[in-house]
Amino acid sequence: MAMQLTKEQQELLSGARGNALAKVMKTLVMYSETFGAQRMVKVTSAYGHLVTSFGLGVLTPVYDMLDELIAEGVTSAQPFSVDPRPLQKGVPANPAQKLFFKVMYSKQKPYEERLKKLGLMKENAFTCACYMQEVGNVPKKGDVLSWAESSAVVYANSVLGARCNRNSGIIDIFGSIVGFVPEFGLLTDEGRKATWVVEVKTTKKPEAQVLGSAIGMKVMEEVPYIKGLAEHIGNALDGDALSYLKDMGAATASNGAVGLYHVEGLTPEAVEQGAALIQENARVYVIDDAELERVRRSYPTIWKDAEAEPKLCFIGCPHLSLTQLTDWTEKIEGGLLAQKRKKVDIPTVVTAAPAVMDAFEKTPYAERLKKTGVVTLSICPLMYMNNPLCGKMPVVTNSNKLRTYTSARYHTDEEVLKLITKGGK
Amino acid sequence: MKVFKGRPVVAGKARAEAIVSHEGFNTLASFQKALMFGDKEATCSDQNNAELYGKQMAGKALCMPQTIGSTTGGMVLYCAASLKRQPACLLFAKPIDSLAAAGAILSGVWTDASMPTVDNLGDAFLDYVKTGMILTVSADGTVTVE
Repeated sequence: MAMQLTKEQQELLSGARGNALAKVMKTLVMYSETFGAQRMVKVTSAYGHLVTSFGLGVLTPVYDMLDELIAEGVTSAQPFSVDPRPLQKGVPANPAQKLFFKVMYSKQKPYEERLKKLGLMKENAFTCACYMQEVGNVPKKGDVLSWAESSAVVYANSVLGARCNRNSGIIDIFGSIVGFVPEFGLLTDEGRKATWVVEVKTTKKPEAQVLGSAIGMKVMEEVPYIKGLAEHIGNALDGDALSYLKDMGAATASNGAVGLYHVEGLTPEAVEQGAALIQENARVYVIDDAELERVRRSYPTIWKDAEAEPKLCFIGCPHLSLTQLTDWTEKIEGGLLAQKRKKVDIPTVVTAAPAVMDAFEKTPYAERLKKTGVVTLSICPLMYMNNPLCGKMPVVTNSNKLRTYTSARYHTDEEVLKLITKGGK
Repeated sequence: MKVFKGRPVVAGKARAEAIVSHEGFNTLASFQKALMFGDKEATCSDQNNAELYGKQMAGKALCMPQTIGSTTGGMVLYCAASLKRQPACLLFAKPIDSLAAAGAILSGVWTDASMPTVDNLGDAFLDYVKTGMILTVSADGTVTVE
């Protein structure tokens, strides 16, 4: 069946409301037709979210496109948040690295000016974890979104029950501008059914980032229904469970291309529909201790010197929740106390959304964390590592996403703690 | 000579030498350095892709199952096309993924660069085509391997 366009959509496509909007609409129509969408549906969330947050000099074509839209008076129909900024005062860097950053992200200010003109929700709305209460971009269950950023999309779909496809950068802002998105894939009931059943049979709570990695590598872009996890993380979506699902989901999305998962007895659609969410003939993937170990061993080490002493540690990709900031404060304090040390042994950066950091600063934990020597920032660790002079450094992280896209080496939370407090030696 | 029939996502004609990835093509990792450092040949910088790493991508017939990786992927392809560093065509064995589709369509609508894109060519296409073979793409999605 051919795609049905509303009168408004036809008008946009015809160029009656400007050439730039006509091209936006043509892009969305071709995109819809590619995936067999028969109509576009209204974006119902209060806010959008964009993946492109970095003012790289080489993105001139993107800036030209945005200028074309702005010149015709186009703005977003909904305000939006954006992924983290690449830089911030206090980022650990030597003079050469700082110089490279300055050249690399030379277009940051003018890019942010364009974002403000188009509809940035607030000055500091730069985070990959826009769905934190403190940030305020929290979709309701059933909301239709025009978001990009794989870790945010998988969280919104899975944990919040919103509906969003894995959109590319630029498609995200196009949907927010016109206020509707093609209806296909994860926007449909059928597309949200699970084609995999993942049975977690580990003897202890699996490391979120390794479990997510294993699931992502196995199911790729399909939808998994995860059994046996609530036994380890509980049946309530409390602070700990939400943080766990955030990190697990980010790993499923970066190690594979998962846009939605269901956790039996825990995530909203699984609680409501249970096994009815599982498609007939769904394949089964059993994850036990040995499977997690196999996945962990498969990660390549791409440091030039595999035995090099780590020079930097990143915790917080995706950005940490307030619960995780306080947890890490206690863990680092405890680790240092056990070693009779006052400061971390490796320069360590923890990252969270600016609004989450503001909330953290109001707690006594902020001062306690500062005393350990840990630096708190709101940058994107990925963008830090994209500086070739930083990418050459031996960097460790508890983020499987950062491991996937950069030369950073992955360690579990416990291993990271030992490394930065020298607890392992 | 062998002929494969796919679906034109962005219709167009091309004739170019194949470069082949049997694993998912990571768009950001592959184009990152080429875009950052002005490499007109668009040398593939994805160290995790042994088949393509170090190979020229600009002007080649890029054959792959699907793309993977960052949701900036579509924007990266659009930038490559705007800067005239795009592959001659994108050829997918599987149904195209949303990120690659965005890149192909953005390039088609917003630039004058040519990058015909065909998907659904089937696993047999990737089994047959080898790096260095010459491919001809027709507007109806037919791909002829010489």
